[in-house]
Amino acid sequence: MGTRDLFKIVPKEEYLLPGNPSCPGCPASLGLRYVLKALDGKAILVIPACCTSIIIGPYPHSSVKVPVLNMAFAAAAAAATGISEALELRGINDVHVVVWAGDGGTSDIGLQALSGAAERGNNIIYICYDNEAYMNTGIQRSGLTPYGAWTTTTIKGKRELKKDMPMIVAMHKVPYVATASVGFPLDLYQKVKKASRYRGFKYIHLLAPCPYGWRFPADKTVEVAKLAVKTGMWPLYEIEEGRFRLTGPSSSLIDPSRRLPVIEYLKVQGRFRHLSEKDVRDIQRFVDEMWRRIEELIK
Amino acid sequence: MRMLLTSNYAAAYAVKLAKVDIVAAYPITPQTQVVEKLAEFIERGLMRARMIRVESEHSAMAACIGGSAVGARVFTATSSQGLLYMYEMLWWASGARLPIVMGVVSRAIAPPWSIWADHSDILSMRDSGWIIFFAENAQEVLDTIVQAYRIAEDEKVLLPVAVGWDAFTSSHTAEPVELPEEKEIESFLPERPRTPFVLSPSDPSSHGNLAYPEDYFKFRYAISESMKEARRVIIEVGKKYAKLTGREYGLMDKYRCEDADIILITMGSMAGDAKDAVDVMRDEGYKVGLIKLRCLRPFPKEELGDLLKRVKGVGVVERSFSMGRGGVISVETASALTELGIKDVTIISYIAGLGGKDVGMDDFVKIFLDLQDKCERGASFETIWYGMKEGM
Repeated sequence: MGTRDLFKIVPKEEYLLPGNPSCPGCPASLGLRYVLKALDGKAILVIPACCTSIIIGPYPHSSVKVPVLNMAFAAAAAAATGISEALELRGINDVHVVVWAGDGGTSDIGLQALSGAAERGNNIIYICYDNEAYMNTGIQRSGLTPYGAWTTTTIKGKRELKKDMPMIVAMHKVPYVATASVGFPLDLYQKVKKASRYRGFKYIHLLAPCPYGWRFPADKTVEVAKLAVKTGMWPLYEIEEGRFRLTGPSSSLIDPSRRLPVIEYLKVQGRFRHLSEKDVRDIQRFVDEMWRRIEELIK
Repeated sequence: MRMLLTSNYAAAYAVKLAKVDIVAAYPITPQTQVVEKLAEFIERGLMRARMIRVESEHSAMAACIGGSAVGARVFTATSSQGLLYMYEMLWWASGARLPIVMGVVSRAIAPPWSIWADHSDILSMRDSGWIIFFAENAQEVLDTIVQAYRIAEDEKVLLPVAVGWDAFTSSHTAEPVELPEEKEIESFLPERPRTPFVLSPSDPSSHGNLAYPEDYFKFRYAISESMKEARRVIIEVGKKYAKLTGREYGLMDKYRCEDADIILITMGSMAGDAKDAVDVMRDEGYKVGLIKLRCLRPFPKEELGDLLKRVKGVGVVERSFSMGRGGVISVETASALTELGIKDVTIISYIAGLGGKDVGMDDFVKIFLDLQDKCERGASFETIWYGMKEGM
């Protein structure tokens, strides 16, 4: 689908307003814009400490046209539970309670609250926008920083693998889990729409390449986000009531020959500049192994 | 109606009377029965509320914050380690100006493990912007929780309220409790008013955005001003409640303080034994009295000053200690008197009953006699770990 389809399908109404203080090329603001459009602005956002705490603007201003509850780092999913239960008790069914959290707030400090809400089946759409490090505090390593990546706390590159967050949530047997990339906004838009039709805990994991933290030019966000998918580093899929399905451009990538080599993705980012040829081969191997597991899932 | 209730069950009945919408809690000894009773009320359809069985105390308070932010009346209860685990969210609740009510079954902090009465947990909240009450018995627990919603939701206050009671000596001890009728409480405590801070997509607003120093400073000042207002509101609400039930509470409770030369100050279930000691001493001709602190925040400075300016000696008997400084309430009392220019009073701090160490009537008699002796010698401020040494 091209840009024309996007204009046809996605509403023109803007809920994330221009003039907000996000960095040039910010993937979080790009993602949030489509998420709010997909929900027609009928949302209460819960935002733990993350880049978006700043993007929504300083008091007394707000750059979003929906209500926001700012929340402490570890507590977003629990606060969202409180909101969702209170709305249900009052019979309010047309408002989506949305957690919009970064990778640290999701996979590290926020994991316990997230797991609790998922297990309880609270009626929440939880979206992790994953820029693969603590960007708001200045590029420190998180549990979702990928293998090999430079951060200010892994100056020789991270030696551990990225947690498989969407699968961790899927193991809670929630009705809807999906991955998305800001490089494919229509795929994201449709997944948010789909999530909004389910009751219970829904999880969308959105890859959000950050120019500042990943060390690439600010006009390359979409390109990097697309490369992540095309190289197979970041597969787009959804798990609806336990059924796994590849979506969008990832659908055809089961065939390894259709995937670009991972080096195409790695070489455009300064955070991978120090990688040896062996590191690159290892990362290629990790990706190929992941796709073999995906093949098992769709058999 | 009169019922035999522990403080824990009295708390649950109070929450039911207050028609709370959301209960979010995580189990910890000795708080568990509060939540078990509420779960029973909700599952039997006796309460139209949602129970959120959260995975931690941090999440319990976060869920309360979320619910309260969209206008629900919420409750949680915890104790000791649980309260400390929730600490970050306590400040969030007060900073967000949400009228949350929480029960704190006061228990010692580990290590070593201890599950018994100690006030160090609830006193760790003292700078957080919560209104803090402490109850002596089951009746007070019930009455104070019902009143707490009215106080917290008053638009001049809009601050969360903690109500404390002692582990086991109160939490698990059954006493006769006068249970108000639902209809009576309905008139005293109607539905939560639509405060200006409720989140709604039809009128979007944002809670807690970044505030630059000038604005942050103003927000903190506003909390301080509301704390001052709370003082008046607590007394007003106490009088209204008295009209309804015949039981009146203020910031503190005085027992035989008129004409007293020496006065003890204490808090919680120890007050019962302390009152017995006052009676014994009075029978012997000693002019002694007792102040039971009910409200710790706002601290009843003026009320204490009015009473203590005409006595010779004050002894503070407390189950808490600020390491490297002194007894929390002792230091605050001494500081309050200094601020009020009251100088000729001997103040002695008795640290007693930490970790549930028993403090009975005999102990209070000993403390009274010790204080009497120190007053006569014109002693200055001193801290005594009561029971550490032979004799005292």
